[in-house]
Amino acid sequence: ADRNIAPMPANPRLLTALPIPDPAPLGGLVSAAHADEGGGTRFGLGREALPEEVAAWDVDVTPDGTGLPEGSGDVMTGEEVFVEKCAVCHGDFAEGVGNWPKLAGGDGTLDNADPVKTVGSYWPYLSTVWDYVHRSMPFGNAQSLTADEVYAITAYILYSNFLVEDDFVLSRENFTEIEMPNRDGFFVDDRPQTEYAQWRTEPCMENCKDSVEITMRATVLDVTPDDPSGDAPLTETEAAVATPVVETAPDEAEAKAQSASAEEGPADAPDPELIAAGEAVFRQCSACHQVGEGAKNRMGPQLNAIVGREIGGVEDFRYSSAMADMDGTWDHDTLTQFLTDPRGTVPGTKMAFAGVRDQEDVKALIAYLESLE
Amino acid sequence: AAPDPLITEVQPWASGFGDPVDAHPYGTPIRFEDDVIRRNVEWLTADTISSINFTPIHALDGTITPQGCAFERHHSGAIELAKPDFRLMINGLVDRPLVFTYEDLERFPRENHVYFLECAANTGMEWAGAQLNGAQFTHGMIHNMEYTGVPLRTLLQEAGLDAAGDLADKWIYVEGADASSNGRSIPMDKALDDVLVAFKANGEALRKEHGYPVRLVVPGWEGNMWVKWLRRIEVMDRPVESREETSKYTDVMADGSARKWTWVMDAKSVVTSPSPQSPITHGPGPLVITGMAWSGHGRITRVDVSTDGGKTWQPARLAKDGENKALTRFYLDTDWDGSEMLLQSRAIDETGYVQPTKAQLREVRGLNSVYHNNCIQTWHVTPDGKAENVEVS
Repeated sequence: ADRNIAPMPANPRLLTALPIPDPAPLGGLVSAAHADEGGGTRFGLGREALPEEVAAWDVDVTPDGTGLPEGSGDVMTGEEVFVEKCAVCHGDFAEGVGNWPKLAGGDGTLDNADPVKTVGSYWPYLSTVWDYVHRSMPFGNAQSLTADEVYAITAYILYSNFLVEDDFVLSRENFTEIEMPNRDGFFVDDRPQTEYAQWRTEPCMENCKDSVEITMRATVLDVTPDDPSGDAPLTETEAAVATPVVETAPDEAEAKAQSASAEEGPADAPDPELIAAGEAVFRQCSACHQVGEGAKNRMGPQLNAIVGREIGGVEDFRYSSAMADMDGTWDHDTLTQFLTDPRGTVPGTKMAFAGVRDQEDVKALIAYLESLE
Repeated sequence: AAPDPLITEVQPWASGFGDPVDAHPYGTPIRFEDDVIRRNVEWLTADTISSINFTPIHALDGTITPQGCAFERHHSGAIELAKPDFRLMINGLVDRPLVFTYEDLERFPRENHVYFLECAANTGMEWAGAQLNGAQFTHGMIHNMEYTGVPLRTLLQEAGLDAAGDLADKWIYVEGADASSNGRSIPMDKALDDVLVAFKANGEALRKEHGYPVRLVVPGWEGNMWVKWLRRIEVMDRPVESREETSKYTDVMADGSARKWTWVMDAKSVVTSPSPQSPITHGPGPLVITGMAWSGHGRITRVDVSTDGGKTWQPARLAKDGENKALTRFYLDTDWDGSEMLLQSRAIDETGYVQPTKAQLREVRGLNSVYHNNCIQTWHVTPDGKAENVEVS
């Protein structure tokens, strides 16, 4: 990829090089390689990162516990937090729901035909759990957990893997005492020895084998998605179908035109553009909620005809007790309030979602939900 | 034969007007090509927010992948990050922790390089046997673009590496601005070698789904390390051992032990046409067999093609000399007699590495690696021109 490109000099000079004060060598240990990299030319771009900025972003935790903040959490608290914030995907016992990751179990399966790679069976370092939960979980509401909650969740995941007792308290102090079962299960890439040495040979060109038989066919499994490919030009009909069009029934369009001329328009006049915008906003909801024909409850309840529905009203969905205890119906006001600030509105809701900040987006989202039968 | 009315009769397009300029201020492919799109495999992941789709390699030629159909992989969805909101921090064992804006990055001397990006899981579903019927699905977690960006080396020098002391055992940790952050540790010698902090691809801004406005380019190494929406680079004296480099992107061997730090993507190739989604429709006679080859070790120097399942091989024609850590297009211009073929390709790179068979890989690694499957692929082409993904003895 480098051909025909004049290489950039290792230390390109500026037209007017900035005078850079030489930093005092630290401890005098400056290697030769390092001296080369230093170069001496700086561009003077960027600005110094402030300590509080570094503190806000530099939150990684390494296996020796470096980076862990003060705090602690016990298994039982962890269970409560886990059931509320994690179980929708990972199951009450960290066993995993559907295709979502299993966090517990799998002990002794790594050499099986179908290894089950969980925190308990596979992860070599506990720091990885803390770091990942703290930084990236819950899915859809990352970086919302307190340090104590992360300690508690980590303790509960250990408990669900039978690695600690139910009275265990995890803290920064005892963190590195925990040894993960598979800590010695990894080795550094050895392909140069085990593979490259074998395969860097002159390959066979003729009579490389006596016979060739087909031993397996993909069509036996038939797991390939439907492929509409085909090189024939599209017919007019296909082209029309391929272009998504927001249809507006003539009478609706007329109604809209009339109401628009009357005043700004009552809230219940369907606005195709608003609905389309709402459909786009809904994409972030679709991780957990289904809509449309045949919609089923998934992480969250199906949302067909949600406007006007009783709050907590889908019979076979397991709501949080907070949601189940709510009275009333979902209308524009209650939906707006809830979608803007789910957990402020219904403290204890299982919905691990920070909320939609932009009120235009909320309006569009409700218009879209209302358009669903 | 009757004369062709497409020739003898005046066609509407030869008589009336076409689109004026500005009909499409930013053009997209003509509607006849709207099947050349990314596709996903629903059962692979729990949700499309954290998922992957596949480049339609069966329908592309040349080497550059258009951004609009280059595969996507997100761990927490493709975020919208505006240039004014972009910040890149360099901290850790540096002389001066720095924060750059997007504008700052554009003021450093920049370079252009073409590199392939392959997901470590490309062809991963095929470890245990032929599964998916189409080159898009078996080999489509790859794209190849021309990147414009600033060498990471330049930015690290700007922050100053005196504080890091001996660089031989140092690492950088890189993370993105999205909710997954997708942090990865990279040894310092790679960071100072050819890693780019890129903001353009194929001449235009990166697409949102590829990390707009700034992503990391880690040539020849697994795609997961090419952190998108790049926000922080920390110089460290050890790897973080993050989720993406312990529980994921590690290769489980038959005995249950696992390889880690398997960063380099070994030499690999695939015939893209004919293939299951790109059957032969013209019958016997002249036939162009084509495909692509790449290696994380450097340049592709040769690609061999077999039409009999690996009994005999012949060198294919490279469209141009192989380029460092970039896709190479190969052709075998043949005269097909209409008999069935077991079509394979085999890449060889400048280090002499020869793309292995699935049997060779399984002998070392077993069936459960998931990642880094660079085996020789076989398409069974039948006399009617259809092709199927198969495994052969």
